Amino acid sequence: MAVIELKGLTKVYEEQTAVDHIDLSVHEGEIFGLLGPNGAGKTTTILMILGLIEPTEGTVRVCQIDSIRNPIEVKKRVGYLPDDLGFYDDRTGLDNLLLTARLNGIPPSEGRKRAEELLEKVGLTYAKDRRVGTYSRGMRQRLGLADVLIKKPEVIILDEPTLGLDPEGMQELLALIRNLSKEEGMTVLLSSHQLHQVQQICDRVGLFVQGKLIATGPIDQLAEKIFKDEPILVYVEAEPASDTLRESLLNIAGVEAVHTDQDPWELVCTRNVTAEVAQAVVNASAKLKHLSTKDYGLDEIYRRYFRGGEQHDSPAP
Amino acid sequence: MIALRLKAWFTRKKGGESEGQAEPAASPLKTGRPDEENKVTHPFWVLVQKEVSDHMRSWRYIIMLAIILLTCLASLYTAMISIREAVSGEGAELGFVFLRLFTVSDYNLPSFITFVSFLGPLLGITLGFDAVNSEWNRRTLIHLLAQPVHRDYVINAKFVAGLIMIVILFFGLGFAVMGLGLIMIGIPPTPEEFLRMVTYLVLSVIYVAFWLNLSILFSIRFRQAATSALASLAVWLFFTVFYQLIVNMIGVAQAGTEVLENEAQLKQMLLIQTLLRFSPSYLFSEATTTMLVPEIRTLGPLTIEQAYLALSTPLPFGQSLLLVWPQVTALIAVTTVCFAISYVMFMRQDIRAR
Repeated sequence: MAVIELKGLTKVYEEQTAVDHIDLSVHEGEIFGLLGPNGAGKTTTILMILGLIEPTEGTVRVCQIDSIRNPIEVKKRVGYLPDDLGFYDDRTGLDNLLLTARLNGIPPSEGRKRAEELLEKVGLTYAKDRRVGTYSRGMRQRLGLADVLIKKPEVIILDEPTLGLDPEGMQELLALIRNLSKEEGMTVLLSSHQLHQVQQICDRVGLFVQGKLIATGPIDQLAEKIFKDEPILVYVEAEPASDTLRESLLNIAGVEAVHTDQDPWELVCTRNVTAEVAQAVVNASAKLKHLSTKDYGLDEIYRRYFRGGEQHDSPAP
Repeated sequence: MIALRLKAWFTRKKGGESEGQAEPAASPLKTGRPDEENKVTHPFWVLVQKEVSDHMRSWRYIIMLAIILLTCLASLYTAMISIREAVSGEGAELGFVFLRLFTVSDYNLPSFITFVSFLGPLLGITLGFDAVNSEWNRRTLIHLLAQPVHRDYVINAKFVAGLIMIVILFFGLGFAVMGLGLIMIGIPPTPEEFLRMVTYLVLSVIYVAFWLNLSILFSIRFRQAATSALASLAVWLFFTVFYQLIVNMIGVAQAGTEVLENEAQLKQMLLIQTLLRFSPSYLFSEATTTMLVPEIRTLGPLTIEQAYLALSTPLPFGQSLLLVWPQVTALIAVTTVCFAISYVMFMRQDIRAR
């Protein structure tokens, strides 16, 4: 059953389209990762799911409830952790949790009980009576998780949960999220631009680029989907690298172009021609020093869409 | 941008520390009485409680409270010293000795009502100038809105909480002054005097609520708390000091040097008064002096012919109220308009913008 269902979701700001016709469904109990560079429209999408931004077009249903018409009911069921959750710094961690509990209509004694339990769970019991202003970034993030969980949500949405955490804090947080999903059967939607972390815990991911969802699926199948129309690239380095070798490489069936301006040479092919290339090099009585095909794996996804993230980044409206 | 946020974070931290020291043990978020332990409060009132406890714990409210208390006590003290002359002088037979506590001064220190009309706006501004932008800068607004509350609860709660603080302060102060006066001069207020006092307090609350709303409006418009505080203070200064100067200058310029006919003189006076009445502080001072000085029979210019046959008796309460009803309505109207603009601006603000 789809817990979150987006159909043709679009948000147009005055001069730009932030989110462009997105169809997405997240199933019960899974961890879904929204993956994309900064400014790809992840946060806008999340805010539309919560009913905090009205979409220009399309529908959002969370737990079968329309977020646009009935945001209050949706927000009762969804816990949202923004990338930089603000707390009242002059209040204690416990007080902050109790405020959230009361805003969710939880009776005070029940709220206190849940708050104590959750603080235990996220390992903040020792700091519950300290002002949040004294908390470290990691502690704030864990308090944020407790804050999200206090309403016993059916779905939790985490926006860049690992941003600004040190590697250890990140591992801890990811482990916590994973446990929650598995033990409580909670549906988790998280957004990130850090592919390698998402890879660790997500069951499925959606790749978000410039407001469009270009692919969804389990992470290992993503690469195949995205790069199925790309040519196969073969890299070869031989000594001596002569023109005759270049000619003979071009003559191999399936090789469309040989770029000799770089080292190693790049062969643009329609099929995997490594065996023939090796043969050709040996026939030209040259030494084969390097032979490889381009790996369109996760790293290539990363390289193409994320590392240059700032170029894809369009300023938030 | 990063530097700005860092700075905001730093000042926030510092502010948090100093505020925390005020009442480290207090935990206003929990309900006190055991029989209410499991009562679920409506989210709106949860927000109001949060705001009120924020105000209570903030240094600036405590400082404003101290300033207002001290100045009012000082003015009360001088009033008590000079009340003997005031009562024995002209108009002693008119009574209303008790009300004079608020209006009499010995010319060294201003009277109680002058102090209130001066410090009241400052209190309103103090309560409102960072109402919304501090929530933005602390990133707590999105936190609140992600909970099952309507968006307008936040702005309404800010206003209601500010109003509660003003009501508590003014009625507390008013009744305290009345009590002290009772002890010191030993003359109890007549029911009419009491009624006038309460009306005066209600008027003050409305007037300060106007400044509260204006500063909330600026706090929505300006993302920096300092900007909105300065903008509010600028408006306040303009209306309390400069506006009257400007209007008087217009009057002088327009009148020229020649002696005017009666008719023309009257016209000119009316014009100046109309201009002055665009200032909320002028409206407030008109309304309050009429309520507290029952001898005031009219707020417009009075010709000698008109004054000739007038009885020099004080107006009854109902008539005084009738006299200032336009002023009261105008004050309520500007307060409402300010709130309406704030409300619309807040509801339309893009939740994503930083």
